[in-house]
Amino acid sequence: MSDVEAGSGRAYTIRLELADEPGELLNALRPIAEAGGNLLSIYHERGNLTPRGRIPVEVDVECAPGRFDGVVEALREAGVNVVQAGEERYGEEVTVVLVGHLIDTDLSDTLKRFEECASASVVDVSLSAPQGTDDVSSARLRLAAEAERVSSALATVREIATEKELLVIEPQLDGGA
Amino acid sequence: MARLAVLGAGAVGRSVIDLASEYGHTVTAVADSRGAAVDPDGVDSRDVLDRKASDGTVGDVDPETVLSAEYDVLVEATPTTLGDAEPGFTHARRALVDDRHVVLANKGPVAERYGELRELETESAGSVRFEATVGGAIPALSTLEDLGAGHVTAVRGVLNGTANFILTRMAAEGLDYEHVLAEAQDLGVAEADPSFDVEGTDAALKCVIVANVLGGEFSLADADVSGIEGIPGSALELAAEDGRTVRLIGEATRESVRVGPRLVPENGTLAVTGTRNIVQIETTHAGRLNISGRGAGGPETASAVLADVGRLTR
Ligand SMILES: NC(=O)c1ccc[n+]([C@@H]2O[C@H](COP(=O)([O-])OP(=O)(O)OC[C@H]3O[C@@H](n4cnc5c(N)ncnc54)[C@H](OP(=O)(O)O)[C@@H]3O)[C@@H](O)[C@H]2O)c1
Repeated sequence: MSDVEAGSGRAYTIRLELADEPGELLNALRPIAEAGGNLLSIYHERGNLTPRGRIPVEVDVECAPGRFDGVVEALREAGVNVVQAGEERYGEEVTVVLVGHLIDTDLSDTLKRFEECASASVVDVSLSAPQGTDDVSSARLRLAAEAERVSSALATVREIATEKELLVIEPQLDGGA
Repeated sequence: MARLAVLGAGAVGRSVIDLASEYGHTVTAVADSRGAAVDPDGVDSRDVLDRKASDGTVGDVDPETVLSAEYDVLVEATPTTLGDAEPGFTHARRALVDDRHVVLANKGPVAERYGELRELETESAGSVRFEATVGGAIPALSTLEDLGAGHVTAVRGVLNGTANFILTRMAAEGLDYEHVLAEAQDLGVAEADPSFDVEGTDAALKCVIVANVLGGEFSLADADVSGIEGIPGSALELAAEDGRTVRLIGEATRESVRVGPRLVPENGTLAVTGTRNIVQIETTHAGRLNISGRGAGGPETASAVLADVGRLTR
């Protein structure tokens, strides 16, 4: 994954789900260009169907920040199923481990707030609760954030964790390797 | 050759007494909390250590007499205390006022009252050194001095052997914190009251000392510290599934001091195992330096003390 900051625009990732029919992809890409978006890459997960039998597609688009909403709008108007959009492309992934009463303190709320406040996206969660969900458990999270916002994202994670009395084991960003 | 007055006859003080002659020095006075032995021609190290072992004290004289004895360098190896850093601070002040050198193994005075100590030093013909306070046998502070604090941007590392031993064993054996702590206590790696080590206080004091040497003005209260007590085996397992492990990492810059458990690559430089310590120095012109070794122990720490004595009296 390269760190895209080319041209005048910003890079965005849009996730689509397309019907498995000829011409669907082309049909989906046309509105992007028409709305002023510049197509950077297409990741077509062939053979990996969604539960509803559709094909997940991820496209990276570059455009002026003010134009992005228009791009998404144009896709929707063209009848394309947009699963996720509006989040900037994340250049960096970091892993954190949370420890504490994760279930009692509402793990899904914790994750939602990370995404809202930390401008990061939770890519992956592994939970380990060997003593059952009432006891102390641990969760490993993979967070994706823009490279220059990783430390502020971690600061937000710390804040929310402190509020919920969770322990955060942060990644050692410098000198670890 | 220097004449040493040694305050404290614990693991460190006893090793200093034991090794002094090998480094060409004479111990003219030594005290523990109850008594002292003083001889301007040099005490007999063997006698003093035997007496400490059999009677629990090094001699009959009032410990205070050590400070008025004849010596060139005061070795301060009494227990590290927080806040006013006493009695270590008063001991160091007395030596400096008397224009003598001071070598500290005791972290308190340099972590909690660094500014005051340096001020006393400027008015004294004596100097203060404290290599032993950071990383035991690892020459961390003299390396910083050689590089020049102005060419160092950050220092980080694993600075507490007890915490590192516990994390290493937990990851290797899949055991919980309490099990491994009990094992560490049996082995003498952890003290009966391990709070100083496992809560991160000891590592934080070392980082505060480094930050002060880099030119900051810190005390323990300025450090952001969390320890390893709450970490369950499951957290280490999740880390291991991802090729990582957990280490208690301390980090010092001119702006901040932070200590806490961090995820590091399992085979990375910072993932030293057992009681081993590592100090990593970030420089402006020389890249990154890593020095690892034994961070504690009587002879190890005494070797750092005696290296300081050598620097002061060469
Ligand atoms: N051990 C290490 O590996 C290590 C490494 C780096 C730095 N340090 C630091 O070096 C210092 C000594 O460590 P240690 O392990 O040797 O500690 P220790 O075993 O607890 O010994 C402390 C010694 O200080 C004596 N003492 C207490 N109050 C005194 C007073 N007012 N006047 C004279 N002596 C007094 C004690 O006397 P009694 O024998 O009568 O109780 C004891 O002999 C500590 O500050 C420690 O943090 C230790």
